[in-house]
Amino acid sequence: MTVAELKNDGKACAMDTAHVSSSRDLRVVIDLIVNGERVIEEVEPNMLLLHFLRDKLKLFGAKESCGEGECGACTVLMNGYAVTSCLVLAVEANGAEILTVEGLSKGNELSILQQEFIFQDALQCGFCTPGMLMSARGLLDKNPNPTDEEIREAMAGNLCRCTGYLQIFDAVKRAAEREREEREE
Amino acid sequence: MSYLCQLENFEYSCCRDYESAYKHVGKPYIRKDAVEKVTGQATYAFDMELPGMLHAKTLHSPYARARIVSIDTSKARALYGVKACLCGKDANTKVGLYMQDKMVFASGETRYQGEVVAAVAATTEAIAERAISLIEVEYEVLEPVINVDQALEAKTLVHPDINTIQHTVGVFFPQPDTNIASLNTSRRGSLVKGFDEADLIVENEFSLPAVAHVPLETHVAIVEADPYTDKIRIWSSAQSPFALRQMMAAAFDVKESDIEVHIPYVGGAFGGKAGIHLEPLVTLLSRAAGGVPVKLRMTREQEFNYMPTRAGMRGRIKSGVTKDGKITATEIVYDWDSGAYADYGVNVGKTAVYGGLGPYDIENASIVSNTIYTNKVFSTAYRGFGHLETLWTVERQTDILSQKLGIDPYEFRMMNMLKPGSKTISEEVITESSGSPCDCLSAVVKEIGWTGRKTQEEREKEWKTGKVRGKGFAMIQKAPAMPANTATSVIMQMVGDGHVNIMMGAVDYGQGALTALAQIAAQELDIPFDMVKVIPQTNTETNPYDWNTVASKLTFMAGNAVIQASRRMVDQLKDVAARALRCSPDVLGHADGYIYKKHMPEIRIAYKDMALGYAYPDGMGIGGPIISHGVCMADGLTNLDPETGKGLPALAWTFGAHAVEIELDVETGNIDVLKVASAFDIGQVINERMVYSQVIGGVMQGIGSAILEGYKFSDNNVLLNPSFTDNKIPTMKDMPFEVVPIYIENPQLNGPYGARGIAEHTMISVPSAIGNALYEATGINFYRLPLTPENVMLGILSGEKDCR
Repeated sequence: MTVAELKNDGKACAMDTAHVSSSRDLRVVIDLIVNGERVIEEVEPNMLLLHFLRDKLKLFGAKESCGEGECGACTVLMNGYAVTSCLVLAVEANGAEILTVEGLSKGNELSILQQEFIFQDALQCGFCTPGMLMSARGLLDKNPNPTDEEIREAMAGNLCRCTGYLQIFDAVKRAAEREREEREE
Repeated sequence: MSYLCQLENFEYSCCRDYESAYKHVGKPYIRKDAVEKVTGQATYAFDMELPGMLHAKTLHSPYARARIVSIDTSKARALYGVKACLCGKDANTKVGLYMQDKMVFASGETRYQGEVVAAVAATTEAIAERAISLIEVEYEVLEPVINVDQALEAKTLVHPDINTIQHTVGVFFPQPDTNIASLNTSRRGSLVKGFDEADLIVENEFSLPAVAHVPLETHVAIVEADPYTDKIRIWSSAQSPFALRQMMAAAFDVKESDIEVHIPYVGGAFGGKAGIHLEPLVTLLSRAAGGVPVKLRMTREQEFNYMPTRAGMRGRIKSGVTKDGKITATEIVYDWDSGAYADYGVNVGKTAVYGGLGPYDIENASIVSNTIYTNKVFSTAYRGFGHLETLWTVERQTDILSQKLGIDPYEFRMMNMLKPGSKTISEEVITESSGSPCDCLSAVVKEIGWTGRKTQEEREKEWKTGKVRGKGFAMIQKAPAMPANTATSVIMQMVGDGHVNIMMGAVDYGQGALTALAQIAAQELDIPFDMVKVIPQTNTETNPYDWNTVASKLTFMAGNAVIQASRRMVDQLKDVAARALRCSPDVLGHADGYIYKKHMPEIRIAYKDMALGYAYPDGMGIGGPIISHGVCMADGLTNLDPETGKGLPALAWTFGAHAVEIELDVETGNIDVLKVASAFDIGQVINERMVYSQVIGGVMQGIGSAILEGYKFSDNNVLLNPSFTDNKIPTMKDMPFEVVPIYIENPQLNGPYGARGIAEHTMISVPSAIGNALYEATGINFYRLPLTPENVMLGILSGEKDCR
């Protein structure tokens, strides 16, 4: 079938293509820093930050597990604060500094927090782990000396079905101690 | 790699002191997959993209039971970007695990709210979503079968064709013209005699609702159905690749070898990803779209509504006891509210007839287990495979019996416990090698500081403080539920530098098998742990067969297979070395990566020098690449007698016990779990860190079932809480203050290094222990789960001593 025939084909004529033009017409350019690198991209105005990171930048660390901000698997840092990236629009991140799990290591050396997640066995299936790490990073950046209760409070928005949390709690607590020691050195 | 070595020597605070007798087995090595998982590198089916891939969305029935009058997909099909749109009339593919009772799409009638009615594949998820909204379905709403009581009346049949449903004959027993998908029974001795001998007879009913597995990665499947051949390629979050291959071949009537299943990392499973779920539907979409890959992933709401659950259950138990505390008879009827399709539910029901009596030696016992169809989301395997549910019944009843007799619950249990020489209800004889439930109970009772029951006066005095505390404990028992001919296998290959790669057919979805199996190989071959790699991705095209990654059997069975493969590998190395050293293989030993002459250890050849074939100094070669395989076949198991349940169903029992201390706020009904002591007779610790994590994770999941979780349905069986807002799972704030794992090591003769399975067990009986502790705290017996603040307060305010 030729293009002309396709266009004249009844089915093709009746095709609902409204959504194609509407999403093409509305594009916004955003300019932001992701894991220390500047990123300039064109996005649909309704695109979520999570989908921007995964689908556009191919950073698959942040996961989608509920899409409603209830599980924390998509947590990233935005201007230093832990946010559930499924509740943030990509356009809201314009001008922001974003840190994802891919940006946690220092060169090819794991950060203290990542090391402690390994030592304390704070992961099993690993699906919640990127979000857990980012919530913990957000906490320790704002509060380097958290109390036990502050750790529980900060991490309570991140669900994990495998570990039972104790090891995650221990990892965050121990990472806080080691980071303090490192700062003092 | 340097930091990995550093990791090995690092202190970690979570484990208790544990000394292993072995060089590698028992050591708390870190997880093999840990680095990939803390860096975001680990790829899950959820993350996968294939060239030309389409995205699928599904439309679900809003009614629990309705007749589909018409479906109009014309508007959806006309949407630009839509490549396939299917509904019941386009597909008559039937699927089923043990019973062929399920269509890929609801056809004619919908059987649960959430059942898939139609599906779309389009170039983007957004277009697919929009196309779904354009599908018009006209339903005639019908009266649903809402619970087991209604189902047992059999006025309406969920499956009017129940008399002709194809099923595994001789194992499952659908009852004609009823809603009973399978009726399984077992009995030992004579109930009449047992109740005659009793001084006291106590009857009770216990129940618990359906609960969701909640893997953090929802179900995902990508399928590419080759348009030119029968080949179907699948990338899935499924936990059992080979079972999936077999069921897909049956569903599509193609050869098993035409089905290719690839499993990348899996983001949690807990039984919910066993069996066959999204794959047939996505296959049909791929075929309809000309064979390009199609991806379907469940949203969290769909995961709650559409994907299977743990069944709700009602257990009715009648016990006879003598004054001095001997249980003379137990009669139990388990009714499983198993939902619209049988799936694994019938097998859970079957398991209850041999695993549902508790670890007690009861000479006169009978169990009837009805797996019942209702118009609800269907049930499947869930961590514990029925034992959390049956032990909620048995271990609450055991506690109540000891209350009525005025005997300490610890003494009462010890009196009736299985010991070497006792028989189970299947008349399997317990031996020293079976493990000791008594050792487990003694250990946890000591750890929790049990000194006997509180008096009512003590309770009343404490009540005035606003917070009351209670201690309670409960037994655990579970064996793998598996066919008598279950098998697994591994292939081991030596790399040129002497490293070893192991391929298995099972999947490590977080339990730690990649690490544990590597330790066993390192132990057997006597090479560093870092030199062994178990390939994390499983692929049915290259990996050897495994029945299913379920039943806490992986380390047990694949561990045995690794031992066999390792010993064969050593034999091959010795064979080459014997030729190279011109001696008999009998005089050779192996240690530290070398084959050496036992009487002249300095004469030796490194494994790596033989890994790909040994070369003499003149360049001439002998041997060849070192490759071995190992298998493990379940040994000595039999099908159960359909009437009496006699036979050998259990490859290995793992016994255990939990003891808990809780604090109840008498104003709010909120329960805080202060301490949990958990002992398991696991025979041998393979990796202390992984065992610890299984215990902590399982205990937490058990706490969820105990005090938080449960499906709530409307009067017409619409799920009311399909989100984390209303269907909560525990968070870090629900964490107990202290968990003490205790490992008992009475070796299992047929286990690797004496080890038994330990995974599901850690979750089982946590609700029972908390229920028993709640009685200690309040003097009130609760019979229904979950023990949410609301339910506990309603119980307290009722003023009753029995909250049924």
